[in-house]
Amino acid sequence: MKLQFEQRPQPSRVMTVVSPLIAVLLMVIVGAILFAARGIDPWRGLYVYFIEPVASLWSIEELIVKATPLVLIGVGLAVCFRANVWNIGAEGQLTMGAIVGAAIPILAHQWQSPLVLPLMMLLGMAGGIAWASIPALLRNHFGVNEILTSLMLVYVAQLLLDWLVRGPWRDPEGYNFPESIDMTGWAQLPTLGYSRVHLGGAFAVLAVLVLFLFMARTLKGFEIEVSGAAPRASGFGGFSRPRTVWFCLALSGGLAGLAGISEIAGPVGQLQPVISPGYGFTAIIVAFLGRLHPIGVLFAGIVLAISYLGGEGAQISLGLSDKTAQVFQGTLLFFILASDTLTRYRIRVQRDAAGASEVAR
Amino acid sequence: MTGLEAVLLTIITAATPLLLAAIGELVTERSGVLNLGVEGMMIIGAVSGFGAAYTFGSAAAGVAAAIVMGVGVALLFAYFTQTLITNQVATGLALTLFGLGLSGLIGENFTGLPLPDPAKLQRLHIPLLTDIPFIGPVVFGQDALVYASVAITVLVAWTLARTRVGLVIRATGGNHHSAHALGYRVIAVRYACIAFGGACAGLAGGYLSLVYTPQWIENMTAGRGWIALALVVFSTWAPRRVAVGAYLFGTVWIMGLYAQGAGIGIPPQLLSSLPYLATIAALVLISGNRLLTKKNTPACLGLPFVPDR
Repeated sequence: MKLQFEQRPQPSRVMTVVSPLIAVLLMVIVGAILFAARGIDPWRGLYVYFIEPVASLWSIEELIVKATPLVLIGVGLAVCFRANVWNIGAEGQLTMGAIVGAAIPILAHQWQSPLVLPLMMLLGMAGGIAWASIPALLRNHFGVNEILTSLMLVYVAQLLLDWLVRGPWRDPEGYNFPESIDMTGWAQLPTLGYSRVHLGGAFAVLAVLVLFLFMARTLKGFEIEVSGAAPRASGFGGFSRPRTVWFCLALSGGLAGLAGISEIAGPVGQLQPVISPGYGFTAIIVAFLGRLHPIGVLFAGIVLAISYLGGEGAQISLGLSDKTAQVFQGTLLFFILASDTLTRYRIRVQRDAAGASEVAR
Repeated sequence: MTGLEAVLLTIITAATPLLLAAIGELVTERSGVLNLGVEGMMIIGAVSGFGAAYTFGSAAAGVAAAIVMGVGVALLFAYFTQTLITNQVATGLALTLFGLGLSGLIGENFTGLPLPDPAKLQRLHIPLLTDIPFIGPVVFGQDALVYASVAITVLVAWTLARTRVGLVIRATGGNHHSAHALGYRVIAVRYACIAFGGACAGLAGGYLSLVYTPQWIENMTAGRGWIALALVVFSTWAPRRVAVGAYLFGTVWIMGLYAQGAGIGIPPQLLSSLPYLATIAALVLISGNRLLTKKNTPACLGLPFVPDR
């Protein structure tokens, strides 16, 4: 007896929706085993990790704060990955967005005007777009693989930020801490009441809706879809691959930059050597869990935000390492990819070689 | 010991992990599989190598653990990409994210601990030979893994170019349908090549935590796995050029450190970013030469293989 994969003529509709749920379920099971192995009652562990983050108003606010950058970046990456453009340097684009966007309040902090915030947001996006354009340019003009270049630029951006906050942009009244001045007045994103939920959340929802309509209704969206799914057909259709590559990288870079400056003008409140707990990398998982679909990304962002928040909770009340969240996230991506196989392939149990069926190719 | 000698010795130490990881990935890619999880396999090798060496007080145990764990996580990647036919790029990323997380979790109890003396890898000392000025320490005074990295490179170069096994690997990477039609077991060959890549990456990580900075530090691979991936492209899939590239990058890495020590007025962050910028520059340079890149590129690199029946 042998298990065999048989390619489906079309991806299964049912499995497209069910497979992410299977992946999350498998992650929960692995979580329970992990808790038990550490001598923690699995039920209590799962409760702290997955239920507490959604059990109180405070934690739901915090959940939205964490989901905001994940969704913003994830939705851009989803479009990117659909086109088979592998931008894995969103963390660097987020950092550049934060740096460029924060330039105004740091360099011209006397200037107080309602224009400050919109300018910061625009510059943040521009920073992300510029940083993402480098791999796009290198790919289009020199044929350099964008995976490696976009990733290398993450390190460069982080080192640049480190230099800025320890050197020229350090707060002169900050007791020598490697931090910039605080974002105050017009440089702050408006929040919802007294909570930490900020306008960035609205940006995220807006980005999801716009990109949903864009992918479903516009020619450019179709072009991106075809460019990834059938590159040859896309060429015959007269679609330009270099333009798609640049567009996708710029789009995802711009959204990552917006996420970066929103963090600075929102919950983080100033430039620091480290401004993100790896949102740019976790957003890769968000994009895949959301089935590379904008609406799916919205829900996936919330799931991954739970894993961050649950990780913090587990650290405080169960004494688990903060690395647990990262292990959970990595495991989740493995399970997503594995259950993804079910949407593209049918599993056949084969008794003997004679029973081999014709495979649609 | 002269100044130049010391520089050369540190360059060799910096280049060895790059060479090990890159030569392993080269074999994997030659069989047609793109494993982007090098960084993850390396960091797992680093933490398990340090953990075993510390716990058992033996360098050999550390090296063995690094290899075994490297193979272990590589087989996870192999199972997903070869048996479950998942996307290789995404699975490689998953392996890296998973590896970085898991290594942090395992390594928590080892952070900041010094390696006891018997667990340190000793440098070779041959009386007379090692005492030759300049050449002695550089050629005859290295640790076992430096020699191993060179030996593995030579072995890989010879195997790929001159043996039947190498031919089968290259056929699998060049055209998996033809290889399959000829009766070679494509999936099995790829499993083996992925495992070899994992062993090398694990060993490379172990070298970092046992020799380079004999300590466990979180995220200590610092992008070396990605640089190793870039080295394979830079070498245009030729083992000899991987060695050249690894030593070149080792030099860049060390030059940055020395310049920082010398206290030249350049920000240390700029010097630290040199290896990453050099990687991008190298990729641009080599990609400009289309003929060279096309010559050895495995045609089936990254493509899934589903046997007809």
